[in-house]
Amino acid sequence: MLSINGLRASIDGKEILKGINLEIKPGEVHAIMGPNGSGKSTLASVLAGREEYEVTGGSVTFGGKDLLELAAEERAAEGIFLAFQYPVEIPGVTTINFLKTAVNEIRKYNGEEPLDAARFLKMVREKAKLVSMNDSLLKRALNEGFSGGEKKRNEIFQMAVLEPKLAILDETDSGLDIDALRIVAEGVNSLRSPERSAIVVTHYQRLLDYIVPDFVHVLYKGRIVKSGGKELAFELEEKGYDWIKAEVEAQEVN
Amino acid sequence: MSTETIDLRTKLITDFHARESVMNGEAKSAFHQKKRAAIVQFEELGFPTPQNEEWKYSNVRDLVSASYNFNTSDTLSAEDLIDLKMPEQAANILYFVNGHYNPALSTVVSSTEQIIIDSLQNAYKNNPDLVNSYFDELVKNDTDAFTSLNTAFAHDGVFIYVPNNQTVEHPVILRFVSDARVENVGSQPRNIIAVGKNAHVKIAEAFRTIGDERSFTNVVTEINVGEEAGVEYYKVQNESENAYHIGTTQVRMLNKSHFYAATVTLNGKFTRNNLNIVIDGEHCEAYMYGLYFPDGAQHVDNHTVADHRKPNSESNELYKGILRDRSKGVFNGKIFVRPDAQKTNAFQSCKNIVLSTDATMYTKPQLEIFADDVKCSHGTTTGQIDEEALFYMRSRGISKSEAMSLLMFAFCADVVSQIKIDSIREYLENVIAEKLSRK
Repeated sequence: MLSINGLRASIDGKEILKGINLEIKPGEVHAIMGPNGSGKSTLASVLAGREEYEVTGGSVTFGGKDLLELAAEERAAEGIFLAFQYPVEIPGVTTINFLKTAVNEIRKYNGEEPLDAARFLKMVREKAKLVSMNDSLLKRALNEGFSGGEKKRNEIFQMAVLEPKLAILDETDSGLDIDALRIVAEGVNSLRSPERSAIVVTHYQRLLDYIVPDFVHVLYKGRIVKSGGKELAFELEEKGYDWIKAEVEAQEVN
Repeated sequence: MSTETIDLRTKLITDFHARESVMNGEAKSAFHQKKRAAIVQFEELGFPTPQNEEWKYSNVRDLVSASYNFNTSDTLSAEDLIDLKMPEQAANILYFVNGHYNPALSTVVSSTEQIIIDSLQNAYKNNPDLVNSYFDELVKNDTDAFTSLNTAFAHDGVFIYVPNNQTVEHPVILRFVSDARVENVGSQPRNIIAVGKNAHVKIAEAFRTIGDERSFTNVVTEINVGEEAGVEYYKVQNESENAYHIGTTQVRMLNKSHFYAATVTLNGKFTRNNLNIVIDGEHCEAYMYGLYFPDGAQHVDNHTVADHRKPNSESNELYKGILRDRSKGVFNGKIFVRPDAQKTNAFQSCKNIVLSTDATMYTKPQLEIFADDVKCSHGTTTGQIDEEALFYMRSRGISKSEAMSLLMFAFCADVVSQIKIDSIREYLENVIAEKLSRK
């Protein structure tokens, strides 16, 4: 489904991703872990199409298409969803109106008729229930004045509405208490299916207790330096990142 | 100074005296004495140049270099209005064509116990003492040439009087249509609004144009807000690419009164709005909202004054603008807090989005505070569309252009949502959406 080969990307002339290789098949959940500044969020941003990053090498194909050729909105319409680490407040645009526009723009891209208001509302209410999101938040301006937990929940809610093929969760666990974390994780798990994949970017193993990954990758200095099963996450939780750093540096010396 | 400039000024002064010479006894009336004083002041002032600090960024040379017919008679029929798509509303709707009241197009639904609504021309005859007690009492003819010119030529417009304790259910909508289909036209409506103690009313002024020739509107509105009264006043401009508009709204508020103003300028070649509020009472609340959305080579200038003269009152101001193409915007917001006006709260904010490198926004907040126990703040921002918000929306599948439209519509909605006359608010939303869809 997603195939990343030798991906390099930089911002303001500084190279952050230095050759990423990653293969994700339908239904798989991959966790990307790593110390701060290793390039985790950059990878998420580049995949979602953030224009500040310049891709300087490598390729990414998604569902057979060259992802890097597509604009951010086209990637979304193809089925990529980025749950933001810091969701943006947008005054004056209600969550419901925002989502309605998004759903219908994606439908238009895929040659489908827009959803009528009644069907849209019914669908939205069901999804809101799924992530225990209060209906009253839907009528408020998008994320404006939302608590940290409400913002993250809103991300998962939007994901539930848009039903992406590939969800990228960028440090969705940061700033969440354990109850909010559980609700967010339940939302994500309820969307798991043999067709849908996810990339879970996180600094801590905590979230992976709830969203159990098929694979864990450690990103360090812009490269995936270690990959393994879910046990790798436990090992990292126990031992920290220093042993990985040491391993990498030892290799660099050689 | 070009010779054309002298021409329009001289022509207007000559017109004034020609009219005066055929007036007979009326020339002695109190009204006319005020007008005569005003034409003298206009003659002394002349049209402003950019050397005048108040007109630094708004040059009227182009405006005064043409001639205009100020004496057109009624030229509009109901059919002519169809293309203007005027919104319908259960309201008192008065039409002024080239500044002259048109009774055939107008409808008054409120009772005369609740509100007196009359053309100024008729009110001069029907209620001379009442009109005279308000006419030319608030404005300054000695500093603003356009105001003195309007006073000198104040033949028509509206006179609105709301007696004490009346809450007028239906809004009053004043529609000023310039008919510029056959020639350059000029109009100088003068509106006088007096709202009694504990009386409440909503009033809108809407400016439109028919035809492609030039129109020049020089409007002055005087609003007296009585004690404990509440007035909502909306000025809406959607004029032609050849429309020049100079307007002054002069307001005086008495104790415990509320005044809400929203000024929305969507189209017009050259627009200058002066909104001057004298807060001459305690425990008053004044709100000033503004929105301008020029494109092409349009020029919009908003000058506002909140003049706090008594203690314990509050003023709040929010002006917002979107500028495209080669358009220019000017915002000058003055706040005066006089020595007696202790415990004043005065807030001002002006936010702009400039979408083109050729567009320019000039902002100038001016605070002059002579009291020591006050809370005042001001802030202006001028920037582009928030890139982070744009990416957030695009990452959800919303195209860049649609995301821009949504963000800009929301930006405008802060001001438009303040307008409490449904038909006008909806009309503005439609015009804004239409402008946004035009690339």
